[in-house]
Amino acid sequence: MDPANRDRAADERRWQGRLVLGLLLAPALLWLGALIVLPHVHLAILSLRERVGPRHYVASLAQYETFFAEPLYWHVFVRTAVMSVLATLATLVLAFPVAWIIAKLARGRAGSLLFIVCLIPFWVSETVRTLGWMILLRESGVLPALLVKLGLTAMPVELLYRDATILVGLVYTSLLFMVVPLVSSLESLDNSLIEAAYDLGAGGFAILRTIVIPHAAPGITAGCIVVFMLTLGNYLTPTLLGGKNSQWFTEQIYTQFITRFNWEQGAAFGFLLLGLSTALVVIGLKLSGQRFGDVMRQT
Amino acid sequence: MVADAVVKRFADHVAVDSLSFSVERGSFFSILGPSGCGKTTLLRMIAGFIAPDGGDIRIGGNSMRDIAPNRRPVNMVFQQLALFPMMSVGENVAFGLARRGVPRPERIRRSNAMLERVGLGGFSGKRVDELSGGQRQRVAIARSLVLEPTLLLLDEPLGALDLKLREHMKIELKQLQAAFGTTFVYITHDQSEALVLSDHVGVMSEGRFEQLGSPQDLYYRPQTPFVAAFVGANNRIVGRATSKDGALIEVSTDDGWIVRAQGTGAIAVGDAVEVFVRPEVATLARAARDLPADQPRHAGEVQSVLFDGANSAVLLLEARTRREFRIALPQTGQFSDLTPREKIAFSFDPARAVCFPARAGVAGRDGSGQQG
Repeated sequence: MDPANRDRAADERRWQGRLVLGLLLAPALLWLGALIVLPHVHLAILSLRERVGPRHYVASLAQYETFFAEPLYWHVFVRTAVMSVLATLATLVLAFPVAWIIAKLARGRAGSLLFIVCLIPFWVSETVRTLGWMILLRESGVLPALLVKLGLTAMPVELLYRDATILVGLVYTSLLFMVVPLVSSLESLDNSLIEAAYDLGAGGFAILRTIVIPHAAPGITAGCIVVFMLTLGNYLTPTLLGGKNSQWFTEQIYTQFITRFNWEQGAAFGFLLLGLSTALVVIGLKLSGQRFGDVMRQT
Repeated sequence: MVADAVVKRFADHVAVDSLSFSVERGSFFSILGPSGCGKTTLLRMIAGFIAPDGGDIRIGGNSMRDIAPNRRPVNMVFQQLALFPMMSVGENVAFGLARRGVPRPERIRRSNAMLERVGLGGFSGKRVDELSGGQRQRVAIARSLVLEPTLLLLDEPLGALDLKLREHMKIELKQLQAAFGTTFVYITHDQSEALVLSDHVGVMSEGRFEQLGSPQDLYYRPQTPFVAAFVGANNRIVGRATSKDGALIEVSTDDGWIVRAQGTGAIAVGDAVEVFVRPEVATLARAARDLPADQPRHAGEVQSVLFDGANSAVLLLEARTRREFRIALPQTGQFSDLTPREKIAFSFDPARAVCFPARAGVAGRDGSGQQG
């Protein structure tokens, strides 16, 4: 075979390789392009125009100006962010002991059994789960009746439509998404490290602070990112458990799109929410000193 | 350190069976035993990770009952070392000091001084995974010694190293122990580590000490057949005592090979016995008349020559019974030209061969019980 022929054969092989790779990636690229990139491009264009007359639009930043001019909007925006951070932290605090028990204390079957117990609520749809909370917490529900019976309150108390109720619902919905990355990062922690720290004079809290948390940091960050995003973008739980008082930013987006039929404003809100979650995740990564790649490997 | 009738049971078996022993301050004490003999359990009880079911452990005169590992004057070097990967070498060494509330500048000064002493000066900023196996070993030891413990426990710390490094670290460990004067309690299944390093060795089997003594005692004066078989290489000959002359026992195997050995323990004529002969105790000769005149002579045939430098040996088959017998080759190179199937004579001093009453349940007709 002469050199030119050999080159052509090598070229052909390279092209074949690229074709195969392209075909393999095609579904993912199609999904990304059609369902994520395209709609976002369209929404971006929508958010950057203003209706000046019937079927007449001009490019403007009016939608974003409205957001900053109207106190209600950014008030809801900040409230959503703060509540989401609180819900994420509460989920972390609750999930950590659960993950610790599954990863370190329960042996063999008990561990997987506990894991399944965490998973079981997710067989039921989120709507039904949230309605379950409503049955428990509403004024004529189980918990207020119990409080009256125990003599703790004179009258049944309305436990729904409070911020705390929204938080409870959000934490409940997110718990599993925190437990999974925590379990996997805690399982990889060598028990002899804990023993060595104990042997060198560390108490329980010092071991947690110096050994366990630094080791589990990527898992903790991964869980927090996932839970934070889910919470921030949650619509159902705040709406059902918080009612009119919930003031969740996703509701504002819904209202703009569906009730007011103001797609331009809704699109602008959507981008603001996207910017908010990105900014908070970046801040979180910076604060915890984690790299995004390491963290994503844990999820 | 004193252990007083320490007992630990797991479900249905006794891991440590009422052990009592004491370790002198500043000495190097090894616990030698096959895996599963309870030595790790014993070590973890001294460290405080498991509580004994009975008995007491005292360190420096104080009972360690109900004292948590982080409050004991004891530190441990773990089998897998357990260095903290999330910290630098310096932070690893300073970890224990930080837990004691030593101020930061003092901590850095002491951990650097300790790293200097183990030959790792200037390594304090390195990450643990940048170190070689031997350097990690030294960090693990430095991390414990910087706390100036009364007792340092070492759980087979050389097990994970390759042979060459293990030989090197053996010497280093001994030098470190001599330099620091800390009491070391070392557990291992490697008899050569135990013999080289220790002032005293406890040979452990099934939760009990078979024998406690200096390495020389264990090697030259084993008290039980287990110790004779486990410590060093030995030829094992099973038979019955046929006559007795003071402590000297004449033993006949069931196929009629007659050897003589020094009896240990109560042996009566007719008892089943085990005889152990070290490979270096026996003498080789091409002609029987060249053997020492006062020793019983045996004849054999060379089966194979096991060349291993200074540890070279020849594997013989005893002429009549075809039993294997191992003899160390002299350093003079006198027998380096032996060939398989060659006829040869050998003898050994009966006073340097030991004979024990046979252990119950240890069967086997065969001659050699070589270990290590």
